Amino acid sequence: MTTTVLPATAALPPAKRDLAPLLLVPALLLLMVPLVGSLPTWLTLTVAGLAMGMMIFLMASGLTLVFGLMDVLNFGHGAFVAVGAYAATLVLIPMHGWLEADSLLQNLAVLALAMGMAMLVTAILGWAFERIIIMPVYGQHLKQILITMGGMIVAEQLINVIWGADQIPLPLPASLRGSIVLGEAAIEKYRLLAVVVGLLVFALMMLVLNRSKIGLLIRAGVENREMVEALGYRVRRLFVAVFAAGSALAGLGGMMWGLYKETLSASMGSEVMVMVFIVIIIGGLGSVGGCFIGALLMALVANYAGFLAPKLALVSNIVLMIGVLLWRPAGLYAASRH
Amino acid sequence: MPDALLTLSGVHTHIGQYHILQGVDLVVPRGGLSVLLGRNGAGKTTTLRTIMGLWQASAGSIVFDGRDISKMTTPDIAQAGIAYVPESMAVFSELTVRENMLLAARNGPLDQARVDWICGFFPALKKFWHYPAGKLSGGQKQMVAIGRALAEPRKLLLVDEPTKGLAPAIIHSLIAAFAELKASDTTILLVEQNFNVVKTLGDTVAVMDDGRVVHAGAMADLAGDPALQQRLLGLALDSHQ
Repeated sequence: MTTTVLPATAALPPAKRDLAPLLLVPALLLLMVPLVGSLPTWLTLTVAGLAMGMMIFLMASGLTLVFGLMDVLNFGHGAFVAVGAYAATLVLIPMHGWLEADSLLQNLAVLALAMGMAMLVTAILGWAFERIIIMPVYGQHLKQILITMGGMIVAEQLINVIWGADQIPLPLPASLRGSIVLGEAAIEKYRLLAVVVGLLVFALMMLVLNRSKIGLLIRAGVENREMVEALGYRVRRLFVAVFAAGSALAGLGGMMWGLYKETLSASMGSEVMVMVFIVIIIGGLGSVGGCFIGALLMALVANYAGFLAPKLALVSNIVLMIGVLLWRPAGLYAASRH
Repeated sequence: MPDALLTLSGVHTHIGQYHILQGVDLVVPRGGLSVLLGRNGAGKTTTLRTIMGLWQASAGSIVFDGRDISKMTTPDIAQAGIAYVPESMAVFSELTVRENMLLAARNGPLDQARVDWICGFFPALKKFWHYPAGKLSGGQKQMVAIGRALAEPRKLLLVDEPTKGLAPAIIHSLIAAFAELKASDTTILLVEQNFNVVKTLGDTVAVMDDGRVVHAGAMADLAGDPALQQRLLGLALDSHQ
């Protein structure tokens, strides 16, 4: 077969990676060392911020993918957070004995089961939510906002019907209560677990997104759904799978958040939604990496601000969002979309 | 006369309140290069998008390889054997050239022999194989878009204004690549505004105006008849000469 030789193409410079947002977290950590003044206090605040950030990332990562891929503004995402936490009690309460056992292995086993239950229930709920509530309003943002908020209200009321309106106490497993003391710094054990779970989920998501064909399809679908369909893929099926997976992650985050707060209420999902939305806006809609950095930044800033200037803690998230958007109006890692 | 691979009969397409295609009749013979010409807004891109199912035909039939595809979904139409290169090229800019090609290989891993064949047309693809497609120039992106459409054997290749906005050197290379694709028995329907780009390339030509095909026939007939060119393509032709 003959070939056509194109004119010589000028050599391109190596593809540059956008590292600036990655440097924000370490820069913030370093900046805070002198401002906090005490290294043990700084360490405690930092681990607390990282743990909180990881839990928010778990809750937000699904939402950012759902928005990026499906262009759906799901204001009902908080329902999965709450339902996940309550679903976990289906394991945690009957297996209370294992939670109270003085064995880390037994404690972690029951937590793993609870995580599985939370993710399974919320994945099924997410699938049904997409079929019944989201599907009729694809492409209609105003209706999406209204109907998904309505869906969240219905979910909250259903939680009250099923589990009762009272708050449910959710004690930590015996081995995860208390703190580890490093010098003069006290680090809560559960926060370390939250950091590990968050990192594992982030690593898994990045692995799937970057190293699998499903991940390629999701990334391509975030950018141009129409072209993915024109290549012969049924994006609708991908949508449903991503929605269910995003809901499951929210359920996992909800369970972790419930254990962190050691209490459950039907409104816990709607209460965290403001933070979740700030995180996905900071990160760039559709970007999992941006969502991860955004969650860490937001949680760290909230913790440091709570210590350094408690009166500013409430507005620290908004100030952070404004700062990031002034720097990068589409967020830290804006996904290209067509 | 080769048999028809694609036949549009009385195709109408509405986009919102606008009636864009108003009874398009078009035949694409198997194994050649057909050209769809027309001024801006004549309905060429809408015709391609309607064939791909990206916009649904509101009336008429689209028969591809003996099957009516007018009510089929876009993925089904693609799986039936039609590849599409849109005007915007629509390369996935966050993905590398390799990943763009990998996605187009729907039925398994990339066939290395086929990749080598494609890179024969577009050597630049190999050079930028692991480079994010979004960082490439317009001409290089066009190569990725066409290469992606060729990543698996397809019966029909729809290409929408591939030369738009490209440098003359790149345009000449693309024309040569299309000539070789044509020689390899790939059926191509090429939308173009620039008559001079395609007059030596096309086997058949259709000219659209106001959402209808107003002329269809052999390219040689149109290329050899300046009066017909003037009547069908008007002043736009002068600017391309």
